[in-house]
Amino acid sequence: MKILGPVVVVAAENIDTDQIIPARFLKVTDKVGIGQHLFEDRPEFQVKKGVEILVAGDNFGCGSSREHAVWALKDFGFKAVISTSFADIFRQNSLKNSFLPIVVDSKTHAMLKPGVVVSIDLASQTLAIKDGPTVTFPIDSFSKTCILEGLDEIGYLLRHDAAITAFEGRGV
Amino acid sequence: MKTLYDKIWDAHVVVPETDAPAILYIDIHLIHEVTTPQAFSGLKARGLKVRRTDKTFGTMDHSIPTSSRSLTGFDEMAAKQVRTLAENCAEFGVPLYDLNSSKQGIVHVIGPELGLTQPGRTLVCGDSHTSTHGAFGALAHGIGTSEVEMVLATQCLLQRKSKNFRVNFDGRLQPSVTAKDMILALIAKIGTGGGTGHVFEFTGSAIRALDMDARMTICNMSIEGGARAGLVAPDDTTFQYVAGREFAPQGAAWDAALTRWKKLPSDDGAHFDQTVTIDASSLEPMITYGTNPGMAIPLTGRVPAASTAEDQTALKYMGLEPGQPMLGHPIDVVFVGSCTNSRLSDLRSAAQILRGRKVNPRVRMLVVPGSYEVKRQAEAEGLDRVFKEAGAEWREAGCSMCIAMNGDSVPAGKTSVSTSNRNFEGRQGKGARTLLASPVTAAASAVEGCVADPRRLGGVA
Repeated sequence: MKILGPVVVVAAENIDTDQIIPARFLKVTDKVGIGQHLFEDRPEFQVKKGVEILVAGDNFGCGSSREHAVWALKDFGFKAVISTSFADIFRQNSLKNSFLPIVVDSKTHAMLKPGVVVSIDLASQTLAIKDGPTVTFPIDSFSKTCILEGLDEIGYLLRHDAAITAFEGRGV
Repeated sequence: MKTLYDKIWDAHVVVPETDAPAILYIDIHLIHEVTTPQAFSGLKARGLKVRRTDKTFGTMDHSIPTSSRSLTGFDEMAAKQVRTLAENCAEFGVPLYDLNSSKQGIVHVIGPELGLTQPGRTLVCGDSHTSTHGAFGALAHGIGTSEVEMVLATQCLLQRKSKNFRVNFDGRLQPSVTAKDMILALIAKIGTGGGTGHVFEFTGSAIRALDMDARMTICNMSIEGGARAGLVAPDDTTFQYVAGREFAPQGAAWDAALTRWKKLPSDDGAHFDQTVTIDASSLEPMITYGTNPGMAIPLTGRVPAASTAEDQTALKYMGLEPGQPMLGHPIDVVFVGSCTNSRLSDLRSAAQILRGRKVNPRVRMLVVPGSYEVKRQAEAEGLDRVFKEAGAEWREAGCSMCIAMNGDSVPAGKTSVSTSNRNFEGRQGKGARTLLASPVTAAASAVEGCVADPRRLGGVA
């Protein structure tokens, strides 16, 4: 998985999932078109279609467990978000949707001004800033394999059915 | 030597962590209407069934009206979502406590009420406030919809273990200072990301002195401090609460369970990656002034200087100025409810302040019990009459104004004092300004029509 292009920056820290997708848009029973409500109540963020990489402030995705936040970002057209840290549930939800939560140090983060072109390569876990440095980023090794090889986590769990059944047989 | 978290984790590992995450067994899976439709669609697309319909329980809470139990004339999208849950539960054989059930309520209120939440169990739900159940010494955390589908299909999660974070509250709380104030004080201290990657264990004499409702309030807001789960070691208070409930073990099974549960507390000398200690006796009633739960100060304090752009944005949104006292700030709405503070003891403490008093005419006050059962008990004690005579609205059980996706919301530009858990921009409605506080502070503020100190109105013990 490689992503190349300019970044769009929302500088705020602690952008919670209510800001990413307000609760009134959670009444859906599918995922269709949910991106149209991305950052609906934060028009000052000025995210525009056609950019694939979002840069956001620290602790992005805190708050609610709503996976709708990731669906909205993906449906809008984003493929990755770069921050100095992510909330745990948001990070999990992202990886399960092949949406990359990329953690960089604050020095690298500060270089990611609006429009700066970056190249992200999941296989080598590198983020290259055009006319700037290339840094590596951490990512869960299992999630990386799942995304790169198209592995399905439910399928993986189902292959452990015998172990699950044995565990259940222990009682309590 | 192991922590409580280590022990529950170890007892639920089906396949240990390697390069791949551990496969962790889930004892109880609670589901609701908002985060499950796409998971059931996924199951159908794969031709899978729900593996353990005896460990999966559904209810309706987020999208439902609290003005009545009827969906007639209600928001069509919300009604469809509620119907979809009913259809899915019927199709897959999952028990459902629907709007007509006497067991319906906010998912984190009914789990403990029914005795589903037990010490040592793993429990998940597609809702971040699942951390609530940790009050029983159960490992409980929120999951996304992909994980809901995973648990429905396999009763397991792929998980990497978190770190241990001990939060020690020593000392004795002052009157009118509550569990809500304790957790707001913690989040103000460590920030909303302070617990990221960790599981909290709440320890100390002030925690031991709390009843189960109060412990649930604290664990509920673990997620607001960044920790997906929060735990309190089970003790006699826990056991007394669980005993006799519908799904609690009975007879010899109860005795066996007690023996197991008493081994759960963290061993002396067990390793915690981080520890924070707070002197509970020095705490005051707390209130938030900004747009995340970490922006909290003592009720008698003044709005801090806006040192960052985030602070400035928050204060502008909230209509507050640095240096301004919180006491006396005018309010428009008071909400007593949510999975944080909608249990019987919460309603009792709010009623104690309101008894014989009136809600200020400028304020709309909504009291929303956490479950049908809480409502029934509150009415048996006459608490509903106290609220209604004071001029508050007494509602049916649900999430209501905490999430504002169900018809109950705070108008744009209006300020609420809310016993819920999140003061994020727009959380209680587009443009709504939320001040988080305890039920006692909320009730006092309703009477005064502004942010008010419950101790001035006699307070509560």
